[in-house]
Amino acid sequence: MAGLRRLLPGVIAWLACSAPATAELRDLYFGEALYQAHQGRWFDAVARLDNELGQHYGVDERQLDSLHLHVDDAEFSVGDFELSYRMHNRAGRAITAVLEANVAPEVRNEAAWRLARVYFQKERPVEALHALERIQGPVPARIRDDVAFLRAQVLIANGRLSDAIAILEDLRDAKGFEGFAAYNLGIALYKAGRLKEAGVELARAGLIGGDDKGDQAIRDKANLVLGTRLLEAEDYAGAQTFLERVRLTGPFSNRALLSAGWAHASQEHYERAIVPWTLLAARNITDRTVPEALLALPYAYGKLEVHGKAALLYGQALESFGNELTRLDASIRSIREGRFLRALVREELAQDSDWVIKLRELPDAPETWYLTELMASHDFQQSLRNYLDLEDLRRRTAEWDVQINAWEQLVQTRRAYYEPLLPDIDRQFRLLDSRIKLRLEQRDLIHKRLQSMLVMPRPDLLVTAQEREAREALAALEREAGTDARVRDRVARLQGVLHWNIHTDYDNRLTTAHKHLRQLDQEIVHLKTGHQAFIRSRQAATQSYQGYENTLRQLRLRSRDANEKITRLMARQGSLLEAMAVEELDRRRARLEEQQVKARFALADSYDRVSRQQEAERAAK
Amino acid sequence: MPPLLRVLTSCLLALILSAPAVSASVSREQIKGLDEQVQDIKSEVLGIAAELGRLEEKLLYPSGTQVSLFVSLAKGDTLRLDAVDIRLDGRDVAHHLYTFKELEALQRGGVQRIYTGNITAGVHQLEVSIAGKSGGGNDYRVTTTAPLEKAVGPKLVEIHIAGSGQPGIQVRDW
Repeated sequence: MAGLRRLLPGVIAWLACSAPATAELRDLYFGEALYQAHQGRWFDAVARLDNELGQHYGVDERQLDSLHLHVDDAEFSVGDFELSYRMHNRAGRAITAVLEANVAPEVRNEAAWRLARVYFQKERPVEALHALERIQGPVPARIRDDVAFLRAQVLIANGRLSDAIAILEDLRDAKGFEGFAAYNLGIALYKAGRLKEAGVELARAGLIGGDDKGDQAIRDKANLVLGTRLLEAEDYAGAQTFLERVRLTGPFSNRALLSAGWAHASQEHYERAIVPWTLLAARNITDRTVPEALLALPYAYGKLEVHGKAALLYGQALESFGNELTRLDASIRSIREGRFLRALVREELAQDSDWVIKLRELPDAPETWYLTELMASHDFQQSLRNYLDLEDLRRRTAEWDVQINAWEQLVQTRRAYYEPLLPDIDRQFRLLDSRIKLRLEQRDLIHKRLQSMLVMPRPDLLVTAQEREAREALAALEREAGTDARVRDRVARLQGVLHWNIHTDYDNRLTTAHKHLRQLDQEIVHLKTGHQAFIRSRQAATQSYQGYENTLRQLRLRSRDANEKITRLMARQGSLLEAMAVEELDRRRARLEEQQVKARFALADSYDRVSRQQEAERAAK
Repeated sequence: MPPLLRVLTSCLLALILSAPAVSASVSREQIKGLDEQVQDIKSEVLGIAAELGRLEEKLLYPSGTQVSLFVSLAKGDTLRLDAVDIRLDGRDVAHHLYTFKELEALQRGGVQRIYTGNITAGVHQLEVSIAGKSGGGNDYRVTTTAPLEKAVGPKLVEIHIAGSGQPGIQVRDW
């Protein structure tokens, strides 16, 4: 709870932040965290910003810290970075603390929405719904549509379709939600059995404008779902219209091509079915639709009575299936030998944003070629991401061990250098320091006297050394003169001259004395600067090697302990991934074997037909 | 509708409308349990990283001598920054070639810490050279020098680069 209390002010600031990110950057370290985040380096982004926020809350006068101008943005960002780094619990706990605190309704409602989003992402729709039910009263305008859309998604996931439909109907024209609302509305209507309305909505989603990846994907997905549904309803011509709208290069194109072929074939337009199936058959066989096309294509040629071509294509399909089965066996073997996990952490994948697609073409790693579809599953994806994150943490903690050793050596080297030098330096410094103190006291005394002489003139204090000597000499002469009036007169006259000079030149002397004091002060400034610089250097020398041993030792223990935990977790996470991968490959293997059997029968059938055709032709001749 | 087609379309719909089942041998609870542990270890490692960061600063870059140089790009600038070279008092201290990801991060308002080191108090000479391509595709090379005055506290300097508007390099003290 203490941790939550610490988090609370920051999270409230995060949620209370209603303005967009400040246009002008006022804290370089916050900018650095953004730089890491924009590259998807979430660990570095969270670490940087956590550190900055920690330092910010640790200072006495926060308004003097440049982060205070960004603190709302920073809190907002660190929460988002944590979610992106899949630390839902940490983000979730902080948000729950807000919900339980005494905050403004807008802040609490936004917190509830964020918490619901976390639960929904974690596939916990019931908890997500409970969180959304806590929203009461005003909701910040900028998240109103997001809240409604999330509520609809959560309701669909909880099976409350009519409630979801009502929300999505209102959301269809909301800016930025057009395609997504229409698609989800179509799916909800479809699940509710309102097929005709579902068709209208999916058709609408399939025609939304926009060229970004999200718009293109939602269009393709809507057209594919609608086309496939119409195919199932035996409306082949209708299905064809929507399936042909799916782009040939998108992630849904393979399924669309397969279904488009079937839509034509079902209308006995086999010559038209050949077009999409030929395209699909030439694609990467690791996609599960491609073996289907390899069988469907000769089927169409057979229907067109081109049995020779059909036999040839069945033969090619058989060969492909055989090759694929061999590769699948090799892949399964390779996974069991641990090569799958090694392939996943290859550096070239980490560098590539399309790494999921690259899995299919990774050289010398057949164990990864069939897994792109498995990646569509949330569980596999989450497990894989966790595995990759763990690998990143393992590398970091291993590097820290080396780093901590180097720092320890650095501290030892500094100690070995400074410790013999410092006692003598300190002794010399003490001597100098006492002389400096003495001179400073003298200066202060002079200053004090000169100040008092401004109000109470004391010419005697400004006599020169020569005048002092002359005065003493005259006093001696006066004593020696005894009653000699001539000598006494001369001495008195000279004393008078001396007195005259001292008193009439007093103002000048006082001015000069002040001037000299100012010159002295300049020298003292230099002296104090040098003195301070020495003290800082002296402190820095000690601080460069003292007081690190325990911290370094503890950090090494913690880092090693974390490294061991990570290694154990990686082994368990890796086993899960291997089990899921092998299971997927076994499924693929079983399916390919079935297809192989079908191809064999179809091949034999095609040969029979070719033979019968040839016999019939011979007989006719 | 042929039976084969009926089976096929049902499978396709199931495939499109729902996430595929993962595994019979791996339970959802196992996956979730591991995920919780992964989140815990992330928190723990972040805690260690924070302490190491503070220690590194104290040990290697004490505030009395610390200098940090940051690179930023003008907002919305179309300059394709390829490389930055930095010399401090005639000595090469940083050279960086930019990847697409890094450039994009700069264009989106991120700031790169390109160098952290130690210098003595006083005035130093900073020289920054950049190479890239302007929005029009022409080669763009600029070098600038600026004094860098180091006092007692840590010194932060922003090297702000613009290819259009007011093109050039601005060295800003923080």
